[in-house]
This record gives sequence, structure tokens and C-alpha cells, in this order.
Amino acid sequence: MVRTIALLVGAAFVFVLGISLFGTISTAISDPAPETAEHEFHLHPKDAELSSAGMFGKFDRQQLQRGLKVYQEVCAACHSLRYVSFRDLEQIGYSEGQVKALAQAWPIEQPGVNPDTGEAATRKNVASDRFPSPYANEVAARAANNNALPPDLSLIAKARHDGPNYVASLLTGYQNQPAELLRKFPDAKTPQGLYYNPYFPNLNIAMPPPITSDGQVTYEDGTKSTRDQMAKDVAAFLTWTAEPNLETRHGAGFASVIFLIIFVFLTIGTYRNVWRGVKH
Amino acid sequence: MSFPWANHYEPKQPLMRWLDEKLPLPRLVYNAVGAGYPVPRNLNYFWNFGVLAGLALVVQIVTGIVLAMHYGANSLVAFASVESIMRDVNAGWFLRYAHANGASMFLAVVYIHIARGLYYGSYKAPREMVWLLGVVIFLLMMATAFMGYVLPWGQMSFWGAQVITGFFSAIPLVGEPIRVLLLGGYAPDNAALNRFFSLHYLLPFVIAGVIVLHIWALHIPGSNNPTGVDVKGEQDTVPFHPYYTAKDGVGVAVFFLIFAALVFFSPNLLGHPDNYIEANPLSTPAHIVPEWYFLPFYAILKSFTADFILTGKLWGVLAMFGSILLLFFLPWLDSSPVRSANYRPTYRWFLIVLALDVLVLGYIGGAEATARNVIIGQLATAYYFAHFLIILPIVSRSERPRPLPNSITEAVLAKHGGTSPAQTALAH
Repeated sequence: MVRTIALLVGAAFVFVLGISLFGTISTAISDPAPETAEHEFHLHPKDAELSSAGMFGKFDRQQLQRGLKVYQEVCAACHSLRYVSFRDLEQIGYSEGQVKALAQAWPIEQPGVNPDTGEAATRKNVASDRFPSPYANEVAARAANNNALPPDLSLIAKARHDGPNYVASLLTGYQNQPAELLRKFPDAKTPQGLYYNPYFPNLNIAMPPPITSDGQVTYEDGTKSTRDQMAKDVAAFLTWTAEPNLETRHGAGFASVIFLIIFVFLTIGTYRNVWRGVKH
Repeated sequence: MSFPWANHYEPKQPLMRWLDEKLPLPRLVYNAVGAGYPVPRNLNYFWNFGVLAGLALVVQIVTGIVLAMHYGANSLVAFASVESIMRDVNAGWFLRYAHANGASMFLAVVYIHIARGLYYGSYKAPREMVWLLGVVIFLLMMATAFMGYVLPWGQMSFWGAQVITGFFSAIPLVGEPIRVLLLGGYAPDNAALNRFFSLHYLLPFVIAGVIVLHIWALHIPGSNNPTGVDVKGEQDTVPFHPYYTAKDGVGVAVFFLIFAALVFFSPNLLGHPDNYIEANPLSTPAHIVPEWYFLPFYAILKSFTADFILTGKLWGVLAMFGSILLLFFLPWLDSSPVRSANYRPTYRWFLIVLALDVLVLGYIGGAEATARNVIIGQLATAYYFAHFLIILPIVSRSERPRPLPNSITEAVLAKHGGTSPAQTALAH
């Protein structure tokens, strides 16, 4: 009885799949899916060779500080960093005093209330504050950016495939639309107000090129601020904001893995000892 | 319960004797996973995975309870509270990565455990109840894993909840009310997040309860073994402790080694980047995909593209649930008296094809829906159902199995090239 019902149910599923398969094949022949510009011209990010990549990855503190400067002078005009506090910067080599001074001097103030009147007001940042958002709310952000919303950057390096490399490639990836693309896909011309960037999933990004010329940011450590260098430095900084515990994690990983490899051999030894003389 | 030659618990210390009279808990443990449980001597490493699944559940419950101390089950703060766990809670990043990857380890271990049961016929008489309870545990795990994935309230959490609960709306008439009842609203929101959290905390303890029944039911006939032949006498078994505690120890060590490598060196390998973007009902991700352990079932769902009496969507939903529910009938679909696929030359090949088929379905479930992928998915889905519902009942009748060994001991000695009965005496 069970087997008869099973046979019928199985036959029904296979039959419907047969109809579905026939439909899929006939559609694929009569009406094949058109090729798309995104499919053909999208590029995977280049390897930015960040020191944090791989199992042995560690942050380069100098580079993180340069990246912070790029964020501060370029990105922070539009992008928030809402999960990162000023005090976290002590992890990338700043002293408590430097962090306080940096928070104090940050151009965007922290929203709050006026302690005397209770009205909405702003105040200077302190070390325990999160980085303030450049816009009061989403409507304000969209109004200032041609209806596009600049994403928060705290987690951007984990919120994109191959994030750290993606950030570096995207920032230097702006270019004119290739003639070949326009020849093959005349409808795919980059719309007014967007910018062609092959590293962006749909090729047309709303963000204007943020890094436009060498020397745009002046580095204090004497590193030459080429466009590539600035893109890599800010990618390194955003890798840190997304995963501030990366070095602790790698360190704990090595200790655990070495311990566990020894443990595996010990358990194998125990196993052999216990089973000695017992055929199995 | 168990075999007449099983060791008996005899407490020697006065305190243990006292305890045994009042509450024989040590006796229970001794008989369940101690020297009082005789186990076939020929189990291979695939028999580690039951213990590993139990261990993975313990890891999930321990990390989960601590995470719940820091997590805010409210759609306004959920995402930020997870970030605060990652940044501000001491070792919070470790707890969260261990819990997220622990779910993957748990499901991976359970899939191997199920595959072991399929290959060696552990679902057959007299162990049908063990198998049925196992399928119940698997269903509970899937529900728990799905609801857990919603809790961080990222984009994939939100849209996954939207898609999965949307399955119910394919049911005619009552579908939409059921969906609204499940979500507590018309779309996933705070009500859904709250109830998912409540159930995500509850279900692991239900799973633990069903595991107790699963082990209880197992201990009545005793463990199956790679030959599938029944235990005939004392020479066929060894006490669980120390023999299999030692063997499971190796499995546990390797389990933790792989687990540690994942957690510490690529904790986001099995996750989706979009879940680091906070849930946004107004922005649909380009590709909504479930976690890797649901991909084969997702591929089955997507394969039904044609309407026939019912809508294609409803066929897909029925097939997706059916693909798991049919496992409940497996003990009666397979009429072959031979348990182990090692002695079933035809069925063995179909089973190996099934394993590859499920891997193909997993790949298709996560791949783009191009014509080529849809065709492969439809063929693979057809094989999945044909295997269990058509091929298995027929093959199990027509196949001529290879000769079985007379006993476990005979099989063991044949493997070692010896036949002398004197060698069967155990050294313990």
C-alpha cells in the first residue's frame, strides 16, 4: 500500500517536472535570455594586497592611520561610520589624548539636547561617541545626493563580496564607458547623474569619483598619496572598521589550531592504546 | 534493554552506592554511554557523527544562551545589538562566529549522520523508531536554523523570512491567513522577529528532548554496524566505554579542529555578505539565497516551473516539504531484508548517484537561474523523487544481494585475513 502510493506520488512529481523541463527547454530555444552588459562587462575586484588578508593577516597601523585621514577628508562628507566610536581609534595607534583632540575637532557635531532649554542641539564629540552621521536622516541624505543614499561604511568590507579588494578597486575603477559596450548594448548607456564603474554590480554607480587626483590628501608620514595608495589605505581602514578584532582572532586561531592538532594526535594514541589486541 | 552479557553497574564507593539507591542517575549514564552498553566491534568512523551532532547541539546551546544575554530581539535594535556583541562584548565576536559557524557544523555533521543511516540501512527494522525520531529532529533543526538566521535582522534575514513564509501563501484559500498568523503581520517585522527569537530559544531544548527519545529507541535493538548483520553473541560486541569513547574522542578532536579553522580564519565564508546590511523592506537583494544547508531544498522548490492542475509554485512547495517528509516512509519503501548497501550491488550505485544528486541540487540552489541551471535542477529533482519513490521500492524487490557474513566477528576476521575462532576472544 505504502509502495503503491509512493509510486503514484513519485510518478506525479516526475511528470510535473517533465512538463516543467519541456517548458524550460522550449523557452530557452524560442526565447533565449538576452545577454546583458552587466554580465559581460562587470569585473571582479583586483587584489589590493592588503596586509590584513590571509591567515597570517595583520593590520599595518601606519596604513590604517592614513586610511582614517582619507575617510576624514574625503568619505566623511557623505558616509557615516555609525558602529565605530572615536575611542576605538586607540586600537590603531593613537593615544588617549590624540583621540580626544580628534573627536573635539571633528567637523560634524554630535546631535543632542540643549541642557538648559531641552531643544534639539549639537555638541562637540567626545571619545566615547560614535562617529556622527553627516546627515540628520535618510531624507536629508537622499536630498543632498540626487536621491541616492550613501551607505554606512562601518561594515562595508564585510557587506560586499571580497569587500576589502572591492573598496579599493571601486574607488579607482571609474572610467569612460568602453566603446565596445555601447556598440553591443546601445541601450546600456550610463544614465545622466550616474558614473560608469565596472566594479559596481550594475556598472553605473551614483557616487561621483571621490578620489580624483594624486595628492588629494596630504599624508603626515611622508607616504606619497597617489590615487592607488589612497584607495588602498582607505580600504585597509574600512577593513579594520568592519572587523576590528581581526588580529585577536588570528592569534587565538593559531593557538587553538596548534593545540587541537596536538590533541588529535593524543586522541589517536589513546584510541590505538584502548583498541590494541581487539580486531575490528 | 540491551544484551544479556552487558556489564552491570556496581558502585564501589559508599557515596555512589547511596546515590544509586536514591537516584540511579550514574547507572543510567553507565548503561547509556558507558561500559554497560555493548556495541558492535566493527563500527567505522561514520558512527562518530551521532555523538558529534549531540556535541554540536551543546555548543549551540552554550554559545546561544550567552549571546541571548546581549542580543536585543526588537527590529529597531537587533542589527545594532549584534554589532555591539561583535565590538563591545568581551569575546563577543568569538561567541557569535562560533554560534553562526556552529550551526553549519551541526547541519554538516547531521547530513553525514543521515547519509550513514541511508547507506548502512539503519532505518530498517528493528530501528524504524530511531529513524522516525531522527527525521523529527532534522525538521526541528531546520526550523531552528531558519529562525536563527532571521535574528541578526540583516537583508538576507529579512528577505529569507519573507520568502520562506511566502511558501505558505501558495496553499489555496487558507495559505494567506496562515502566513499572516505565522508572521504576526503582513510582512516580517518586529512581531515576527520576536516570535522567531522566542521559538529559536525554545526549540533547541525540544530537540534535546527528542534526542533523548532517539537514543532511548536506539538502545532497545542496539547500534547497527557496517555489515548490517545482527549481533549474535558476546564476541560481536565491545563495551561502549572505553572502546567507543576513545574512538569518538578522535572524531571530537577533528571536529573541533575544523570548527576552529572556520571560526578563526574564515568566519564569514559560509555566510552571505548582504546580511551585514541592515534589513530594509524597501530594497530587495539581487539574489535571495538561503544558507548553504537549505540550498538542495531551495533548488527543488525552484524546479517546478509549470502549472499542472495546481500552480507551479504550489507544486514546488509540496515537493520541497515532500522531499523531507518522504523520509518518514523510508523504512516501508525499502523492502529488502539486507541493511548494508555494501551487500546490495545495484542499490549501492543508485545511492551513490543520490549523494551526487543532492550535491548538484545544492549547487543549483545557490546558482543563478539560467536556462542551463534550471534544466540541471529539474533533472536532479526528478532523480531525487524517483530514487526514493520509484527506484528504491522496485530495486529492493528485484535485486539479488551479495552473500552476508554469518556474523560480525566473521566479517572482522575475514577482513584481517584470519579465520581461527580462537582469535575471536577479546582482550579486555
